[in-house]
Amino acid sequence: METAEASSNLKKIQVQRFKPESDPDETYLTEETGIWSWLTTVDHKKIGIMYLASITFFFFIGGLMALLLRTELWTPAKTFIEANTYNQLFTLHGSIMIFLFLVPSVPAALGNFILPMQLGAKDVAFPRLNLLSYYLYLAGAGIAVFAILNGGIDTGWTFYTPYSTSTGGAVTTMTFGVFVIGFSSILTGVNFITTIHKMRAPGLTWDKLPLFCWGLYATSIIQILATPVLAITLALVAMERILGIGIFDPALGGDPVLYQHFFWFYSHPAVYIMIVPGFGVVSEVITTFSRKHIFGYWAIALSSLAIAFIGFLVWGHHMFVSGQAALASMVFSFLTFLVGIPTGIKMFNWTATLYKGSIDLKSPLLYIFGFFFLFLVGGLTGIVLASIALDVHLHDTYYVVAHFHFVMVGGMVMAFLAGLHYWWPKITGKMYNEILAKIACAIIFIGFNVTFLPQFVMGSQGMPRRYFNYIEQFQPFHQVSTIGSYILGFGFVMVFYYLVKSIFRGEKAPANPWGSRSLEWQVASPPPLHNFHHTPVIVNGPYDYHKPMDEFQLGLAESGNGHGHESDAELHTDGKSIEAE
Amino acid sequence: MNLFNDLLNWLNDLFLPPAKSTLAHQTDALFWFVHLSSFVLTIGLIAVIVYFIIKYRRQSEDEVTPLITHNNQLEVTWSVIPLILVIVVFGWGYKVFVNQQVVPDDAYEVNVTAQKWLWRFEYENGATSTGQLHVPEDRPVKLVMSSNDVIHSFFVPAFRIKQDVVPGRYTEMWFNAPDPGEAQVFCTEYCGTGHSDMMATVVVHEQGEFEDWLAENSGGGSKPDDLSPAEWGEQLTQQNACRTCHSIDGSKMTGPSWKGIFGHEATLSDGSTVTVDENYIRESILEPEAKIVEGYQAGLMPTYQGQLNDKQINAIIEYIKTLK
Repeated sequence: METAEASSNLKKIQVQRFKPESDPDETYLTEETGIWSWLTTVDHKKIGIMYLASITFFFFIGGLMALLLRTELWTPAKTFIEANTYNQLFTLHGSIMIFLFLVPSVPAALGNFILPMQLGAKDVAFPRLNLLSYYLYLAGAGIAVFAILNGGIDTGWTFYTPYSTSTGGAVTTMTFGVFVIGFSSILTGVNFITTIHKMRAPGLTWDKLPLFCWGLYATSIIQILATPVLAITLALVAMERILGIGIFDPALGGDPVLYQHFFWFYSHPAVYIMIVPGFGVVSEVITTFSRKHIFGYWAIALSSLAIAFIGFLVWGHHMFVSGQAALASMVFSFLTFLVGIPTGIKMFNWTATLYKGSIDLKSPLLYIFGFFFLFLVGGLTGIVLASIALDVHLHDTYYVVAHFHFVMVGGMVMAFLAGLHYWWPKITGKMYNEILAKIACAIIFIGFNVTFLPQFVMGSQGMPRRYFNYIEQFQPFHQVSTIGSYILGFGFVMVFYYLVKSIFRGEKAPANPWGSRSLEWQVASPPPLHNFHHTPVIVNGPYDYHKPMDEFQLGLAESGNGHGHESDAELHTDGKSIEAE
Repeated sequence: MNLFNDLLNWLNDLFLPPAKSTLAHQTDALFWFVHLSSFVLTIGLIAVIVYFIIKYRRQSEDEVTPLITHNNQLEVTWSVIPLILVIVVFGWGYKVFVNQQVVPDDAYEVNVTAQKWLWRFEYENGATSTGQLHVPEDRPVKLVMSSNDVIHSFFVPAFRIKQDVVPGRYTEMWFNAPDPGEAQVFCTEYCGTGHSDMMATVVVHEQGEFEDWLAENSGGGSKPDDLSPAEWGEQLTQQNACRTCHSIDGSKMTGPSWKGIFGHEATLSDGSTVTVDENYIRESILEPEAKIVEGYQAGLMPTYQGQLNDKQINAIIEYIKTLK
């Protein structure tokens, strides 16, 4: 009886197998051409590429500033630039890298391109809003550049009051720029959450959602909830500067520590905005190149959400020496340690995924192994800093500088590069030079460690951050670090060179060069304008590497809207019948 | 055990500044516990990954992998063990932090004022010093700190302590330096142009020596007998951190250089000119905003009204005269 009832609820849909074309005539790149079609496009793929070009530009600007800073630190006091210029440079390096590169890097560039394809959707839920997000980002970046040229800012990317409300320069303009970029971030978050909820292809249940989508989902929640607080805080700073209303400045009756609470309430979760999408990339790349089902799917998916949630409750760990109450410090310290647990769980699960896999050491996987080591060091030094007594000694020293560069560059940028290499054939339809990619990965890994490992040592010895001048005892460390930064810079330029070269001279990429089971690889490279010529039907999960390839690449046999949630389907593929759960 | 201690001492010398306070060793012990256990974990995990990479390297394109979705026992294990570890680190860190926070009752109190870009210390008997914090050995010292402008932070690496110094409120910290000697002080909250030059030294005296220093400096200080007025002036410009912004070799810093300045004409920001003489220098020390030299920013130099007496100002003028 039960069986009969159950089967009466089943909706039968006819599916057939669609093999992707190996050499498509029409792709999203060829169907609408010309500069105007790009500037007004609502295609998530083109918007993703525009983001990619923009963040690459700002990454190299921010990177150039880092090299200038490192060169200046070759000797104590003035090497070739003045103290005030130095202070402006480190402020811009931080602001550009965080607001113009890291925050939009994986979500807005790779996420935009890949997310709808992984869901089997034609586009994101609100394509026009998506374009607006991009232009808000561009407008915010423009305002920030205007601020830089028109007085500059020397507050550090943290804009701490009362320094930021009393110093000269274009702080108000800059905060307005960041304010505008914040809206771009919020709108992207709204768009992604709606897309994940409403646009999944038939059969794509929550337990078959690729972990990259789970990462973006968690990220979007943080973007929506945290970014408005940044907007409010920056608006308050502007009010204090322009109207003289005392909010943070004690001379006007305000409280400078209040600012830090507001600022970190956004900026700590923002760290997770930057790293959680990177976790998603790791899960995709590791399964594809070990050809193995992910170990602990739900542990990884839910740990992203746990990080997003607990991440909101730890901001006070930036303020252990600010004068906040000892009790508050204790609570924040404890909660900070808790964030370490879901992060550790992810590391262990990824490692376990490799067990009995079929590991192919292609360049995306090499970047992921780079990520593993660097993020592990970054995460464990985070445990050191979460311990209050140790933070009292290490706070605002180079130890902290090294820690967040290990997490942000060693973790996030490595994951971003892994994702970029992984999806590059899908995005451009071209293969890059694999040998050069492996060499560049090694150069970046070495350069990174030479740059930042010495910073842990000098930070432990007491070298404070944001120092133009320093006592002589630190010079050898600074010089090694500077040499490392040149190696690192060379590595990034090399990646840029071979990737751009591949667009013009690269071999044509097949539809699925890595043999991935994920949906975005079941269409041609580059994809058609509307991603799928058919409505895809999902029977197997994205990590079902134990199943043969011909159980993937499925689509509705007849045309129809198909955007339902029928997880039960009886399938006939090439006359073969598959019993699906 | 001895070997382990030797190793720890060696690591301490390599990675941490010399420990010069009674609590520093508590911080160091925790520092090494977390770092060494993290090191073991890192090596362990990397070793497993490297082993997997070698063992499960792809041999052919048709390889099929087994379906392993999860293992509850394993996952609980690697969640609970780290949880226990971090709770240990949390509790330990909090305990040391409480020791750092709770000031002993018999602490000797010094008031600290921070401003761009100097540290000024005031003692019970009215003695003041700038750039040098004088304290007795082997006695708890409590610092009551406040800022005159933006947020600064008082950091003594050798004592493993740090505390932000905030305008509009008082913050406190304490330490006990068991042995005479010196320790470096940094400002660790970014405060503008001279941030990295905002340094000071903690001078730890033997008890008797400290009493002598206090007595000598009560009431603001007078010229030591063994110094000429210009030499005393030079010492004062160092103690009051004048040279953070004013060079004596002609190089341009935050403020005008003093080299060859005396007797010369300076152009002011309003276009007028002034001869640099005794009166101008005196006025610039007491009312820095009155006349700003062209090309320099107003609002940076603090007033020394009430900090320097006439004899000290005279000595500084004598010193500037010698910088030809």
